[in-house]
Amino acid sequence: MWRNPDPQPSYDYVIIGGGGHGLATAYYLANTFKKSRIAVLEKSWLGSGNIGRNTTIIRSNYLLPGNEPFYEFSMKLWEGLEQEFNFNAMVSQRGILNLLHTDAQRDAYRRRGNAMILAGADAELLDRDGVRAMYPWLNFDNARFPIKGGLLQRRAGTARHDGVAWGYARGADRAGVDLIQNCEVTGMRIENGRICGVETSRGYIAAGKVGVAVAGSSGRVMAMAGMRLPIESHVLQAFVSEGLKPVIDGVITFGAGHFYVSQSDKGGLVFGGDIDGYNSYAQRGNLGVVEDVAQGGMALMPMIGRARLLRIWGGIMDMSMDGSPIIDRTRIEGLFLNAGWCYGGFKATPASGYAFAHLLATDTPLESARAYRLDRFARGYPIDEKGMGATPNLH
Amino acid sequence: MTRLSGGLIDRSRSLSFTFDGKSYTGHAGDTLASALLANGVRLMGRSFKYHRPRGVFSAGSEEPNALVELRSGARQEPNTRATVAELFDGLDARSQNRIGSLSFDLMAVNDLFSPFLTAGFYYKTFMWPRAFWEKLYEPAIRRAAGLGSLTHRPDPDGYDAGYLHCDLLVIGGGAAGLAAALTAARTGARVILADEDFRLGGRLLAESNPLEMPAPEWIAGIEAEFASLPNLRVMRRTTVWGAFDHGIYGAVERVSDHLAEPGKRVRQTLWRITARRAILASGATERHIPFANNDRPGIMLAGALRAYANRWAVSPAQRVAIFTSNDDGHRTALDLAAKGVEIAAVIDARTDILSQGSYRTIAGAQVTGSRGRLGLRRIQVTQGGTSEWLDCGALGIAGGWNPNLHLASHHRGRPQWNEAAQAFLAQEGFVPGLTIAGAAAGQGSTARALASGAEAARAALEALGITAGLPDLPQAEDASLNQYPLWHVPGQDRAWVDFQNDVTVKDIKLAHQENMRPVEHLKRWTTLGMATDQGKTSNVTALAVMAELTGQSINQTGTTIFRPPYTPVSLSVLGGGDTGPHFRPRRLTPTHDWATSQGAIFVEVGQWMRAQYFPRVGETHWRQTVDREVLSTRKGVGICDVTTLGKIDVQGGDAGEFLDRVYANAMKSLKVGMVRYGLMLREDGFAWDDGTCARLAETHYVVTTTTANAGTIYRHMEFCRQCLWPELDVQLISTTDAWAQLSVAGPNARKLLERVVDGFDLSNETFPFMACANLTICGGLRARLFRISFSGELAYEIAVPARYGNALMARLIEKGADLGATPYGTEALGVMRIEKGHAAGNELNGQTTAQMLGMGRMVSTKKDSIGAVMSRRDGMVAERRVLVGLQPVDPTDPVVAGSHLFTKGAVQDTANDQGWITSACFSPHVGSAIGLGYLENGAERMGEVITAANPLQKQSVMLRVVSAHFVDPEGVRLRA
Amino acid sequence: MLIPHPLLGPRDSSEFSYLGDASLMDRPDGMAPDAAERFHDYVHLRDNPAGIHRELWFHEQGDRSWLVVTRNTVTHEILGAELARDARKGGAA
Ligand SMILES: Cc1cc2nc3c(=O)[nH]c(=O)nc-3n(C[C@H](O)[C@H](O)[C@H](O)COP(=O)(O)OP(=O)(O)OC[C@H]3O[C@@H](n4cnc5c(N)ncnc54)[C@H](O)[C@@H]3O)c2cc1C
Repeated sequence: MWRNPDPQPSYDYVIIGGGGHGLATAYYLANTFKKSRIAVLEKSWLGSGNIGRNTTIIRSNYLLPGNEPFYEFSMKLWEGLEQEFNFNAMVSQRGILNLLHTDAQRDAYRRRGNAMILAGADAELLDRDGVRAMYPWLNFDNARFPIKGGLLQRRAGTARHDGVAWGYARGADRAGVDLIQNCEVTGMRIENGRICGVETSRGYIAAGKVGVAVAGSSGRVMAMAGMRLPIESHVLQAFVSEGLKPVIDGVITFGAGHFYVSQSDKGGLVFGGDIDGYNSYAQRGNLGVVEDVAQGGMALMPMIGRARLLRIWGGIMDMSMDGSPIIDRTRIEGLFLNAGWCYGGFKATPASGYAFAHLLATDTPLESARAYRLDRFARGYPIDEKGMGATPNLH
Repeated sequence: MTRLSGGLIDRSRSLSFTFDGKSYTGHAGDTLASALLANGVRLMGRSFKYHRPRGVFSAGSEEPNALVELRSGARQEPNTRATVAELFDGLDARSQNRIGSLSFDLMAVNDLFSPFLTAGFYYKTFMWPRAFWEKLYEPAIRRAAGLGSLTHRPDPDGYDAGYLHCDLLVIGGGAAGLAAALTAARTGARVILADEDFRLGGRLLAESNPLEMPAPEWIAGIEAEFASLPNLRVMRRTTVWGAFDHGIYGAVERVSDHLAEPGKRVRQTLWRITARRAILASGATERHIPFANNDRPGIMLAGALRAYANRWAVSPAQRVAIFTSNDDGHRTALDLAAKGVEIAAVIDARTDILSQGSYRTIAGAQVTGSRGRLGLRRIQVTQGGTSEWLDCGALGIAGGWNPNLHLASHHRGRPQWNEAAQAFLAQEGFVPGLTIAGAAAGQGSTARALASGAEAARAALEALGITAGLPDLPQAEDASLNQYPLWHVPGQDRAWVDFQNDVTVKDIKLAHQENMRPVEHLKRWTTLGMATDQGKTSNVTALAVMAELTGQSINQTGTTIFRPPYTPVSLSVLGGGDTGPHFRPRRLTPTHDWATSQGAIFVEVGQWMRAQYFPRVGETHWRQTVDREVLSTRKGVGICDVTTLGKIDVQGGDAGEFLDRVYANAMKSLKVGMVRYGLMLREDGFAWDDGTCARLAETHYVVTTTTANAGTIYRHMEFCRQCLWPELDVQLISTTDAWAQLSVAGPNARKLLERVVDGFDLSNETFPFMACANLTICGGLRARLFRISFSGELAYEIAVPARYGNALMARLIEKGADLGATPYGTEALGVMRIEKGHAAGNELNGQTTAQMLGMGRMVSTKKDSIGAVMSRRDGMVAERRVLVGLQPVDPTDPVVAGSHLFTKGAVQDTANDQGWITSACFSPHVGSAIGLGYLENGAERMGEVITAANPLQKQSVMLRVVSAHFVDPEGVRLRA
Repeated sequence: MLIPHPLLGPRDSSEFSYLGDASLMDRPDGMAPDAAERFHDYVHLRDNPAGIHRELWFHEQGDRSWLVVTRNTVTHEILGAELARDARKGGAA
């Protein structure tokens, strides 16, 4: 799939983090922006972070103008991804349905659905019968929060998380990018406000520009540059059942019950809920949330009760203060940051890589990613989809 | 095949059951697997990918092959391991993952395509042409996915959840666990012993003579003692499946899975066990040795063969061979031979091995092939370059034992390879408070397991300050394995490593060629260890093969770690049984009974159920009802239960100062006996919540919050009090549930209230708009009265202790009959507040500013209050959208919340978006639909006609921008 | 998780609501000339350490006290807990 090179003493571009975003950044830097002398430094194995732990939902059903055009751009990239890198990432547009239970929620979803359409995405508002026609086995008649309808995006769906990481990795490798595994960045050499290179577990590596894309480790890595971030690290758990013959076609989210689910191509029900809610770097969560998520699932679709949970795992989320990401330069020249993806950065992988590559290559932000500035918090331009304010565990 | 002699089955109780529609009988004490074997059934399933015929491989919960659909109808349960399904009369099971019959599965063609279906094949194929993946390939792959199936019907059984606490939790009731529990329980400490099996004893039950006395006898003695110890709780059929933080373990007790139906009992219970210390005595799982075509029904772990013979008195075949790389394989041969099973040969990979019984031993040999499409018929044995075929119906493989470390790695501790033990072992402290004993700690012999269990318990209790003596333990077998490392038999044909997911040695080689060498890449590329057994019988073997290929040691190669749950857990029991309407608690308002008696329709408002409207006979549409409720209120008087609004009592010498800091606007200056509207910001400067603040006495305020934020605001105020300003003299208490509060609104409100107050002067002069007071009503009932209005009418809110709410409601309606007193629900409440232009949840959605609400100037610059500083950030000051009223140019047009607002004629896209409609309703007062919305520069655009776009529903409507106060803009009514 | 409540003993973490870094107790003076900058730091920026973390938990389903809990964010081990009022008054925050 790829070479296993030793690090060179210096590169023009060093990307820290061999997750989805780091690999995609390297891919586009090399293939689209025609840059060379690029390395991706990964402390463990490629794709060992959230890219290989997420529940693989891709969608562009955002509300705010700072977000929606970016995620729609990402969706368009997903739609051509496999041909782009000639690798099957199993992009599967089976639709996402966000259920609604109150009139106020319907109003909010209508606003959101309209925002999506105005940005060129697709959206449909379903009433109760519309939902019933799609998923007749949901709990319509005996529920604490009766289903009143839903917001459907048909172009949304899932992709195979490992496949995405590997596709980008292989494509980057073939374009000459050095993918260096087991290479942990342990320090940054900064002189006169400018980054010169990074200390790593495999020695010092000089760099013209450094792009940081380390998701849940953002706080740790940026601390090496003396920066504090508007980010907290939290654990999000995910769940998969034993393999079952197909029962759920698309993705369903049940906000009122903190539960979402889809079924993988291998037959497992892949589901999750809220983050555990406390700062954590442990990549594992606790029982309370396990129960909470299962309760949500059982309340919404009691037919899954006889299935069994096979595995639980956790990933470290870079929860930002407004729930939206950052793709920006920093006050240190040559040091760039891509972070704050919360539980939703998988779907952003193509656009995030593209936008970060654009920024690194041209020193100007990609138009649809302009809002993701680091100083938006100080300046009062948060992009707060949920309206929860600077409380990361509520986003 | 008939039964062997002995065993722990109850031959006096016959149980009949069906498999794939065919009837069989077994005995009490059987599992489905042992009963099927006893009936000569070796073929029990099909593999995931290639649909290879498969038989039972193990005798425990690690089973990868014999998965069945158990029960039928809504109780159908996919992927149940036949090896742990306790037999009951009437059990009904079916094989899975086949089209056609189990012996003739049409999907078996996949096996012919296997050269194309190797590891990673998905990724490199199927993407061309572009449309084909989603239209053709993926649907086909999805149809083939999974093993068993669900029925789409709700689970009919009951479930429960409970909490347990103990000093010591012993996980596993084999030799080590029994010794540990005995040691601990004798001290009087609180002990829980849990075992997934329905019988205590673990491997002791599977051996012929591990102890000086017959094992069942010893176990029975211990169980008798256990029964006499009230401080010990023995939990059979209970799987401890997860180790969480701080000594919390998740466990599932299968209360009635061994019955045809649970009857009145629950099916399973989820236990959350909080243990000060725990001992993992979960035993070990045998390894197999991959060789060509090693997946035929009849080929199984040697220890399982032995267990079937000793515990269940059954052998899968009359003639059996053993393939081993250690001494344990010989023990299986001896036990089987003792039960009259013919041993075709023991093939031992080691040289210099002496025969241990009167059967053929082939030393320095390996099994290199097998025959038999639906069940093993013969094996090929190769010794020093020459091969021969041996007839046998079953083959036991003994490749050594892997300690069951799963729970110990639930905190992500990575086991290390131990050369001496030839096994991965967990390190001390992987899970704080958890120690490991017995075979799980690599202490494989019975004697060492017993001793290590007792010692582990003693040490664990010592750490808790409890002294335990070591019990007398029986003499026990103490042989060592003499393990020889043989990880697979080289060869060209496919040799399975992970049976269920069809991962072969060749797949591992392919992963190696692709440079997918880190164990996690190996696992993901090949799907190894991702089946329902989480690789219990395959992971270690696979990474040893990888180590061989890369030339690294096993330790350098590393290992994947196991995640919870230990074995799969039903989603029903994890949900704990609180489903349907019981999913979340339901809070009822004080007037709920009364409203019910009036035929009210209720609506979920967060945790609450509130009356939405009160239909009357003859009303056929909810709008009729709501219009009537609105008009009756505006003409006469309406009454609404508003108890759900959060109420917080604020008392103390610094209460005013405190509220000044919490609210954006000033509260200290509020006069006693008066109420003020209050706006709270979040610390990031956005509008958070609004409500009223009433000063009942010098040092006593009562503030209200919105229903949705009642809990959050109280928490926040406590944060301010305890964390920010503990020096202030102020106390808080939430009184939301203590007071029933009714809104009495409309021109007749005063007249009505005069009929219930105890001589209180309600005149405008003494009790003006925004006044408040303590008083009594109805002849001495303590009450609070606030003259505040959400509807724009002359209105009051009256609060009485919650238990009187229902009666007060009834009393007011009765006393106001001639005044047109009408109950109204949340729907009419919503209409009236929109007509009056009051913000509610849709406007206060956490994304809006005081400025947008038209309250920018309320944020005092003279004092510091929460959110004030941040509300002055550039971006927030630059915000131009403000709340306006919206009315359709054509009064028959709808106004739809969630529509986006555009200058008339503008291109409708994100760039030109000027705001949105937050709330809308039909206004009986205006006579058309109306709405509120945030519009860019709205205040300067009164009278302008704009477009409301709702492309989602293909609507576009012309609206006129108007004041948000559709009713009584001057506020004359309020002050009447 | 179990939170060692200084008054009530070990309590299940599900009884609590979590807020975040205990530095949230150090609210800057809103009237100070550099308030804007200091509030940005206070509201938005975090040390977010991998290791020892002092953090605020509210005993919402209990006695409604705010606690400062010292916890390791890598292992989840809890090293101590005190009432926020005490932490505040002791000036330790
Ligand atoms: C359980 C779960 C479910 C999720 N579900 C979804 C979903 O359904 N849809 C969705 O859109 N998103 C989802 N997400 C979020 C998504 O996975 C992440 O936002 C996204 O993967 C983050 O970007 P990444 O892939 O670059 O991160 P990662 O894959 O985490 O990459 C960061 C990499 O940086 C490396 N690194 C860290 N520190 C250093 C260092 N010092 N030196 C070198 N390398 C370093 C890490 O090892 C890691 O490989 C989910 C996340 C989780 C955990």
